[in-house]
Amino acid sequence: MRRILAILMENEPGSLSRIVGLFSQRAFNIESLTVAPTDDNSLSRMTIATKGDDKVLEQIVKQVNKLIDVIKITDITDRKHIERELLLVKVAAMNDKSRTEVTRITDIFRGNIIDIGKQVYTVQLTGDAEKLNAFLNALQNETEIIESARSGCVGMARGDQALRI
Amino acid sequence: MTTELFTGAEMVVKSLSALNVKYIFGYPGGSVLDIYDAIFQQDEIEHILVRHEQAATHMADGYTRATGEVGVVLATSGPGATNCVTGIATAYMDSIPMVVLAGQVASSLIGNDAFQETDIVGCTRPIIKHSFSCRSLADIPDAISKAFYIASTGRPGPVVVELPKDILVPQNKGPFSIETDIKIRSYNPNIKGHPKQIKKAAQTISNAKRLVVYSGGGIVLSDASELLTKLVETLKAPITNTLMGLGGISGTHKQFIGMLGMHGSLEANKSMANADVILALGARFDDRVTNNVEKFCPNATIVHVDIDPTSISKTINAHIPIVGLVDVVMQQLLDELTEINFSPDEATLSQWWQQINLWRNVKSISYEQDDNEKIKPQRVVEALYKITEGDAYVCSDVGQHQMFAAQYYPFAKPRRWINSGGAGTMGFGLPAAMGVKLAYPDKHVVCITGDGSIQMNIQELSTCSQYNLPVVIVTLNNRSLGMVRQWQDMVYGGRHSSSYMESLPDFVKIAEAYGHVGIQIDTLDELEEKLTQAFTIKDRLVFVDVMVDEKEHVYPMQIRTGAIDEMWLKKGVKS
Repeated sequence: MRRILAILMENEPGSLSRIVGLFSQRAFNIESLTVAPTDDNSLSRMTIATKGDDKVLEQIVKQVNKLIDVIKITDITDRKHIERELLLVKVAAMNDKSRTEVTRITDIFRGNIIDIGKQVYTVQLTGDAEKLNAFLNALQNETEIIESARSGCVGMARGDQALRI
Repeated sequence: MTTELFTGAEMVVKSLSALNVKYIFGYPGGSVLDIYDAIFQQDEIEHILVRHEQAATHMADGYTRATGEVGVVLATSGPGATNCVTGIATAYMDSIPMVVLAGQVASSLIGNDAFQETDIVGCTRPIIKHSFSCRSLADIPDAISKAFYIASTGRPGPVVVELPKDILVPQNKGPFSIETDIKIRSYNPNIKGHPKQIKKAAQTISNAKRLVVYSGGGIVLSDASELLTKLVETLKAPITNTLMGLGGISGTHKQFIGMLGMHGSLEANKSMANADVILALGARFDDRVTNNVEKFCPNATIVHVDIDPTSISKTINAHIPIVGLVDVVMQQLLDELTEINFSPDEATLSQWWQQINLWRNVKSISYEQDDNEKIKPQRVVEALYKITEGDAYVCSDVGQHQMFAAQYYPFAKPRRWINSGGAGTMGFGLPAAMGVKLAYPDKHVVCITGDGSIQMNIQELSTCSQYNLPVVIVTLNNRSLGMVRQWQDMVYGGRHSSSYMESLPDFVKIAEAYGHVGIQIDTLDELEEKLTQAFTIKDRLVFVDVMVDEKEHVYPMQIRTGAIDEMWLKKGVKS
């Protein structure tokens, strides 16, 4: 089952490699991983999307928590939460038909065309993984996808709950 | 007033001094020469020069296992540091606190494939508790102090501190100060068990009909033997130890039912299999204990006490998990048992013990020795026990001799049995024994080894000469890699692929060449006499080479993929 883990850790050299190393060392799955410093520059916030049964998940959470750099880890999957991912996709836009279709689909998904080339449009879209997949499928039916980049998901619990020191 | 300024190298030594370090085990090289120069100019800390960095880690490890003090290793960059990897992994698997100071090329060269450059922090990442890469002079005292704190608290383990050459050199100086009262916001090991869990555990234990206490290395590491003995005597229940936990309770205690697991006693494994409650204390349900986890103790409620949450429910699901220091939790349990007026039902208890005694009567830890036969390895360990009056520090290597030592030398005290349990590192025994002898020069320190293992760090005989470390080495020489051979006999149709040691050296001559005493024992009738003689020589290392029966197997032995108590008792005889 897909799980989303939010991790708060020291913003130190080597912290990221410890987490990534741990996942490969213990044969845990990583679907996506994002990391950046938080508003407090001494801290990094990481979101990992992973898969595993309850036993594996329990080990992942415990093993990550055991790393000295990690301050907190929480599995936000079962709570009310917000999950967002950013997609940049470059598609062929060579004629009126494809340009119109790309614009229309982008509008429907509430994305933005953020750059154009002679024969390409670059579109930006945010949403959860499912929405991004649906968008890519819709585009694929109308035109050629030349390049795409996804950020991996970031997540946060809804309401008053907060992951902080 | 001017502040006194120090080089990074001086700061390393001053930091270690502030942390009461007595010995550094190491080997010099380019990137750490400044530290060696600083060591030369002081006399608070003694440096022990080994002959291979792996031995430095094992020596520090043995020193730590015997004394409880954090061992310190110093190695140069590149091969010096990578030679430490096996020793670091060994310490990591057995939760031994250790600080490894590894040199590194100058910061400006890092990443350039410079001479003797290896990413040692990267190399060791999966086998350490934590690591620090110092980037400036000011980092040094802080990193070393934190390294000691992290290594020795919570679940102990090795910590690597990487020191690039440019922050050690004389051109670069700064003021020195060190904080030894460490707090790390992201690291707060749990000390006390949760009161609700303690209550639940005490209740479960008091309702048990067939309780077994299963204790491991955590008891030894926390110096919790006395408390364990008190708890076990209160419970009046049988207790078994893991390989790492031997000595946690006296091996001759009447409630002790022997080691459990692959080569454990039948009574220990049977008791576990038939238990209705298992109280696991500082043990981690290792695969060498459980055998097939699917068949593991199906009727038992498991109370699992461990400092490390990842050890709980990793292989075997714990019904009542308790995270905390094992000594603190045992005291909490004892208090709670008093609170609820615990007194075990004598009739139920005596029924349980009657059953256990039936298993004991099988005498699964036994062997046959005819007077005219080759010496059985078990007999050598028994003779050692007799001669040292059960009070020696016994360091072992890995293989059959390790199991024979664990089975036939009942340890009365903790920290007396020193072996590489988790990693199973051949070559551990001699350097570990040297570390112990350094700490306790007046005690009997024995290295029980084999003709395979001893050759993995035999160069350390030279270190023993230099620092006068008169350990007694007893090699159970079967001209084979005995445990490999045993598996080949049992599982691989007797095909002895690469397990026969051809062209063994004359160990007596080797010992003599290094300036030690060598004794060879060939026959049973000379065994005790010559072995006793070895222990009368106090001021020189004695290498005793005992020719033992190469056909002997270690029994009992769990049957692969079976339950914990499915065992071979001897060749072709199942439990």
